This record gives sequence, C-alpha cells and structure tokens, in this order.
Amino acid sequence: MTEPLLRVEDLRVEFRLSSGRVVAVDGASFEVGRGEALGLVGESGSGKTMALRALVGLLPRTARVTAGSIEYEGVDLLRASEDARRRLRGRSIAMIFQEPMTALNPVMRVGQQIAEVPRVVLGVGRRRADERALELMRLVGIPDPVRRAQAYPHELSGGMRQRVMIAIALAADPQLVLCDEPTTALDVTIQDQILQLLRALREEFGLSVVFVSHDLAVIAQTCRRIAVMYAGQVVETGSVEEVFREPRHPYTLGLLRSVPDFELVRERLSAIPGTPPDPAAPPSGCRFHPRCAFSRHDCTGGLFPLQPLGGGRATACIHHEDCAEDARREPVLARA
Amino acid sequence: MAIAAEAVAEATFVEHSRGFRSRWYRTPSFVTGVSILGLIVLAAILAPVIAMHNPTDQDLLHTLAGPSWSHLLGTDDLGRDVWARLVYGARTDLQIAFLAVLFPFAIGTTIGLLSGYYGRWVDTIANWFVNVVVAFPFYVLIIALVFALGSGTRNIYIAITIVGWVSYTRIVRGEVLVAKRRDYVLAARSAGLSDPRILGRHLLPNVITQAIVFACSDIVLDILAIVTLGYLGLGVQRPRPDWGTMIADGQTYLTTHWMLSTIPGIAVVITALGLSLLADGLADLLRPE
Repeated sequence: MTEPLLRVEDLRVEFRLSSGRVVAVDGASFEVGRGEALGLVGESGSGKTMALRALVGLLPRTARVTAGSIEYEGVDLLRASEDARRRLRGRSIAMIFQEPMTALNPVMRVGQQIAEVPRVVLGVGRRRADERALELMRLVGIPDPVRRAQAYPHELSGGMRQRVMIAIALAADPQLVLCDEPTTALDVTIQDQILQLLRALREEFGLSVVFVSHDLAVIAQTCRRIAVMYAGQVVETGSVEEVFREPRHPYTLGLLRSVPDFELVRERLSAIPGTPPDPAAPPSGCRFHPRCAFSRHDCTGGLFPLQPLGGGRATACIHHEDCAEDARREPVLARA
Repeated sequence: MAIAAEAVAEATFVEHSRGFRSRWYRTPSFVTGVSILGLIVLAAILAPVIAMHNPTDQDLLHTLAGPSWSHLLGTDDLGRDVWARLVYGARTDLQIAFLAVLFPFAIGTTIGLLSGYYGRWVDTIANWFVNVVVAFPFYVLIIALVFALGSGTRNIYIAITIVGWVSYTRIVRGEVLVAKRRDYVLAARSAGLSDPRILGRHLLPNVITQAIVFACSDIVLDILAIVTLGYLGLGVQRPRPDWGTMIADGQTYLTTHWMLSTIPGIAVVITALGLSLLADGLADLLRPE
C-alpha cells in the first residue's frame, strides 16, 4: 500500500479538569489514504469529535494531546510549530461542522464568508476572491448564487447553510476534509442531497475525507472504510462492506443490530444494554466488557490493543470469533 | 426539484426577517430619541444662524432682562443673550461629550476583545486595572483627575477616558467569552484564518452592539460630568459658552431670576432624555432574534 495521506497512531487526548484528568481519546489509531473516505463511528462521548479536533489542532483549551502521533504527508503535526499548523488549516485540511447555523458568522454575508478564505488564506485579490466565491456556490449547488451571496446565514435554510459551509471548506483547495456529523442537524431529504454532494465533490477533486457520525446508514453511503470508536478507543476497523457483513467486535455487532432495516424483519430492535462508561473512570480490561454478551473472565483485565486480522481489518476483541459466528448465524443486514 | 422547494420556503422566510431597516420606525423610543437628539444637534450645527446674537457679546445696559423679541430668553447678568449662549453651549457640550465617549469606546472595546479572547495573563492584567478603576466612585475619580491635570477640554477627554474605558471592557469581555465558544469561531480557525482577523472581522461585529447601546447612555453620563465640571469651575473655561457654567453663573440670581439656571438645566434634561430613549430603542432593535 502506498503512503497514506494521514496516519494517526496511539492518539491520546486528555482533559485537565479541576476534578482530575479525563481521557477523551485513548490510543486511537487510524489511517486515511489519498482519495479515501474513512467513517468514524461511535456513540456520543466516544471521543470521535475530539479526535477530529486534535487533527486540526483546535482542541478546547482544557484538552491536550498527551501521546501519539499525527502524520500528515509524512510530517508529524504534533511536532510542527503552531504557525505551520495554521498554514495547513484550510489549505490542506478543512473542516465541516455539524450545525451550520452556529458555524457561520451570523452578521456576515455568506458570499463574504466564502470569499474571505481564498482572499486571506491564499492571498487572492478581492475581485478574484468574489468570483471564486460565486464559482464555489455554483459548485455546491446553491441556485442564484449572485443573489444568495448577499444573504445572511439566518436568511438561508438549513440545507443551503450546510452547502455554504461546504463551499467555505473547499475554498482553499484542501486535500483532506474532516466532516463532523455534517448531516445530523438536517432533515432526511436534505441529508441525502448533502451526502450525494459530498460524494460527488470527493470523486471530482480526489479529496480524502474523514466522516464522523453516529449514523451507520450515513457511513455506509459515504465511506469505503470504517473505524468504530468506543470509550475513546478504536475497537474495530475494516472495509465498510466486511465490517457490516461480519462484525468482529461485539460493540460493532450491537450497533448494527440496533439499526432498523426494512429488508430484514426482526422481532424487535435490540439495544445495547447498559450505558457508555464514565470517561473519568473507565472499566478495567476491555472497556466494553460490562455491556458485552460474549465477555468472559479474561476480558476484565489487561490491555486490548487493535489486532490485525489481515485484509486491512483489525479488532480489539479477543473473542472476535464468537462474535463473527453470531453474526453469521443471524445476519445483521439483509444487503450485506 | 427539491432545491426549488427549498428556495421557495426560504423566500417566504426572508420576507419576515429583514431586521433593522424595516423595524426602526415601529420602535417608538428609537423614533422619539432620534427626533429629540436630531433637533438639538441641528440647533447646535445651525447655532450661528439661529442665535441672532453673539454668545459672548456683553450689553451692560440691558443686564438681567426678561424675554423679548430681540432676546428670546432674556439676558444674563452681563447682558449676554441667553438663547445664543444656550445653542452655542449645546455645540460645546455635545462636541465634548461625543468625543469623550469615542476614546473610552475604542480603547475599552479593544482591551475587552483581547482579554476575553486570549484569557490567561492578558485577562488577569486587564481585570486588575478594571478593578482599580471600578473601586472609585465615577465622579470622585473624574473630579480628582481633572483637578490634578488642570481644567480645560483636553484634560476632560483624558480624565473621562481613564475612567470610562472599564465599562466597555467589561461589556465586551463578557460578550466575547460567550461568542468565542460558538462554532463560527472554531470554523474560522479551522479555515486557517489568523487571530487578528477572527477578532476583527468575526468577533467584533458580533459583540459590538451592546457596547454601542451602552455608548448612548454613556454620552448622557459624560454630558452630566462635563456640566458638573463646568459648574465646579473645572470644565470648559469662560467665556466659552457651556451649560454647566451657565447654571453656576445663574445661581447667584436664583431667587430673582430663576430662569437663568433653570433653562440650561432643562436643556441637559432634554438631551439626556433623547439619548436615553435612543439607547433604549437601539437595544430593542439590535437585540439578536
């Protein structure tokens, strides 16, 4: 395999709070190849958003990366100067946010907000930047861009606002786009349009994408590869197709079983029992063991790093055979 | 097709959401405030045209005269036309008040932006200075400063700036603390924009409204301060007309010619009322939806 565009290894992000340290991301590792889309799935609080923010170097003030490496094109970003990292933002790595209403400046016309990026980041002239903004608005499917450029964010609908966000992210020609649940705040029909747009743009410009979501259907629609996160750790990776057909971590299995599927008739949706662990005091051993149907005595202690299974797959579960067998007995998805 | 439907939904939405331009005339306090203030500013600007007399010309044969056709509001103890002194006084006092609000506004807003955004030691130092100034009563500090610096308009500016910036810093800092946690700041940073640009182009326009509203009521405070200083003989120097000096000079004749002190007093009250209404209306209009 050729050198990946982004390689994250053993990333550890800690919050320093008055009540002590909380580990938000604990030894997460994943890779994104050129032109590849990686889906990062997990419940709220599983550390996926913090992992994403660590990549662009925009963690909240109380959080720090305490271990691991983030290599972008072979350069370790954690060792780079703040200035060098800022130059990467926008130009190489861009980000799309969940809530386009709050992620756009409410008192600035959207055309200006888009044009600002090429003008400031790339140093393009004012008129050229304005033209570029209109071009980008056309590209992301905003009708009547000349008039819309004069609008303020609150005058646009949710879908239009998210298109504006995408235009801003693409404004400085990045290679890697980080999407933080970009469709969660939208209703389903608009969600579908935005996903199609993202896919089309990815194919057209050969973008690499990291797509964070808790929605497996969204990941299936946009990504080739998937990394499942639980309690700050990556517990399973592989191609979307294989992971969906034969999950090799009980948490992934549980996630898949809890998704409604119209083609596969189930008696009832099975929810994962219990609640996600308190990040300040995670369980010992495998973090999933208190909620796991396959757990045995050897799950309660020791370390559970990702073990490669070949074919680009890896799992942190030591009883993944049991899990795979269960999935074979009762398929999780009709199509997979 | 779906995009067309979205556009229609949006068009109807836009109809209802044009803010300031379509709502200002339906806000009574704003309209009244602007009208009152407009008249006073107009009178101040047109002072040479509408005064009919020179405000410093003495006419010792007609001192302390009552209202007449040639002296609309009568004359003072030196035979100077009260109406002329009133409109020229508006010139002096408004000019000083507007300028005196400008410096604390600019300085206080800048410090508030920086201390709110960067936090840590910047914030600690700014807060220390704010607390030192806030610990003193406003008038005591102003009077003490003008007394120490010497009277005159330049020193009034300096004194008001030294005391006045803290209010703007406190307002803007609080607003920045809220605004900087919003996603648009994060989005701007993730797009590779620099800190100065985020502060100036993204945060400032979002936090400035409260400071603008406060500035309107701050002008009232400044006019009162200038008038008070004038009354104490520390402000505008004679013979330049000013409402505070007029009140002070008329005091001697309060029992026989009460109008001499009362008229400039009423002028102060009306100006303050106009500015307060304007501030009130602006607060209503600029309040985010």
